[in-house]
Amino acid sequence: MLKHTALHDLHKEREAKLAPFAGFDMPLYYRSGALKEHLLCREQAAIFDVSHMGQIEIKNPSMLADSAAEKILSVLEQLIPADLLSLIAGQQRYGLLLTPEGCIADDLMVMHMGDNIRLVVNAACVQKDMHYLRGHFENRLPVTVTQLPRALVAVQGPMAEMVLSELIAGLGDLAFMQLGHFYFDGHEVQISRSGYTGEDGFEISLPNAAARSFVDAICATGKAELAGLVARDSLRLEAGLCLYGQDMDEGVSAMDAGLGWAVSRARRSGGEREGGFQGAERTLAEFKGGAAWQRVGAQSHTNRPVRAGSQIFAEETATKAIGSVTSGSPAPSVGCPVVMMRLKGTHEISVGGVVWADVRGRRIALTVCNMPFFAHRFKR
Amino acid sequence: MVKYSEDHEWVKLEGDVVTVGITDFAQNEMGDIVFVELPEPGTVVSAGGDMATVESFKAASSVYAPLNGEVVEINDTLEADPALVNTDPMGDGWFVKIKIEDSAAFDKLLDEEAYKKLTQ
Repeated sequence: MLKHTALHDLHKEREAKLAPFAGFDMPLYYRSGALKEHLLCREQAAIFDVSHMGQIEIKNPSMLADSAAEKILSVLEQLIPADLLSLIAGQQRYGLLLTPEGCIADDLMVMHMGDNIRLVVNAACVQKDMHYLRGHFENRLPVTVTQLPRALVAVQGPMAEMVLSELIAGLGDLAFMQLGHFYFDGHEVQISRSGYTGEDGFEISLPNAAARSFVDAICATGKAELAGLVARDSLRLEAGLCLYGQDMDEGVSAMDAGLGWAVSRARRSGGEREGGFQGAERTLAEFKGGAAWQRVGAQSHTNRPVRAGSQIFAEETATKAIGSVTSGSPAPSVGCPVVMMRLKGTHEISVGGVVWADVRGRRIALTVCNMPFFAHRFKR
Repeated sequence: MVKYSEDHEWVKLEGDVVTVGITDFAQNEMGDIVFVELPEPGTVVSAGGDMATVESFKAASSVYAPLNGEVVEINDTLEADPALVNTDPMGDGWFVKIKIEDSAAFDKLLDEEAYKKLTQ
């Protein structure tokens, strides 16, 4: 039985094409189709139901507010190689949850809520993450780890601030990766200036009961419309952002996935809090000596998309693959299809170089290029 | 006369040549079509075998030959404008013309009523 988000009825009313995603019945696209939804997000604003993602609250009710969050962050630093101790109330940071072997258990957002810490995690990883977190906090810090039964809505695009400001005052003061408490229609909502499309935008956590009226109110402005998971995928891929389960998983390390940037300087060799996290040995060794894999971006020369799973070869006639495509999609804002590939670390690549993808037995040339494919437009 | 395959192609017979495309139902299921790969003219196709590939925004789908025969013409305009399959699937969005071996096989395809039932 597939789970429904609080917006499921709305998806059906809008004639969404629905499909199972991480146990939820989620909209792939609505009446106008993924292509128009993608462009709407880049040109105006798009609304995404991302309520399937896990919102996990870590709380210690017995401690004083100002010390509770810091203590929780210091324990989280043992699992996440980001500089979490420098987070202040009202800020969030991207991080990787690492296994003891240095592989990626999940990628997530760590939010400093003042008196508690909130994590936003991938839908498919919620139970696994909660189990891992509870096990690690046990005997270290008495906390409760709870999944919040709240909706999560992302509003993304150059007009996102203008659209939301019609409904909620004060949003414009937030900078990228800042968050705050606001009110919508009497409901307390938490809003962060963040997202996963490469556009400026906001993510709004709100009670399930308020989700429908909130989205209806945004649509009523006439400046934003709902968009589904297919457009969300092409937007994040254009922005060079990784998707858990495709571009990274428990089989690869931070460096394999090209996510070394998510390991904060303070936690690397020579940093002020070097190591001290699960998987540090492998992670730090790979910073020095390189990793088995590398993440590389490329674009197609025709409008033929190359999809995840395609094997990649160094030469048109080569028989031994050097890796595979982990994400691939049409990229309407780039102008040609793009891919993210996981290639052998030993394979030397350079921007402008050509590799070959196998698509149903045919070799398709791809030109290596820098990521993001489409420049970020965050409001820092 | 237009008939339909169970794989959601429409097939229009004129003389011994059929024009083939995908149905409105099929294009609607696939969503935005961004690329169509057609066989070379001269290709011999067999009923139920791979004939073309349609790439929608989200995924690739195979299109199967509805009948045995030889491809005599392909719709080149789909290369530059694959969205024609969405906007006019039964008209300008046609895929190929096939010279068929046996019009009896055509008669066995679904008529409009039977195809409508299939998609309900």
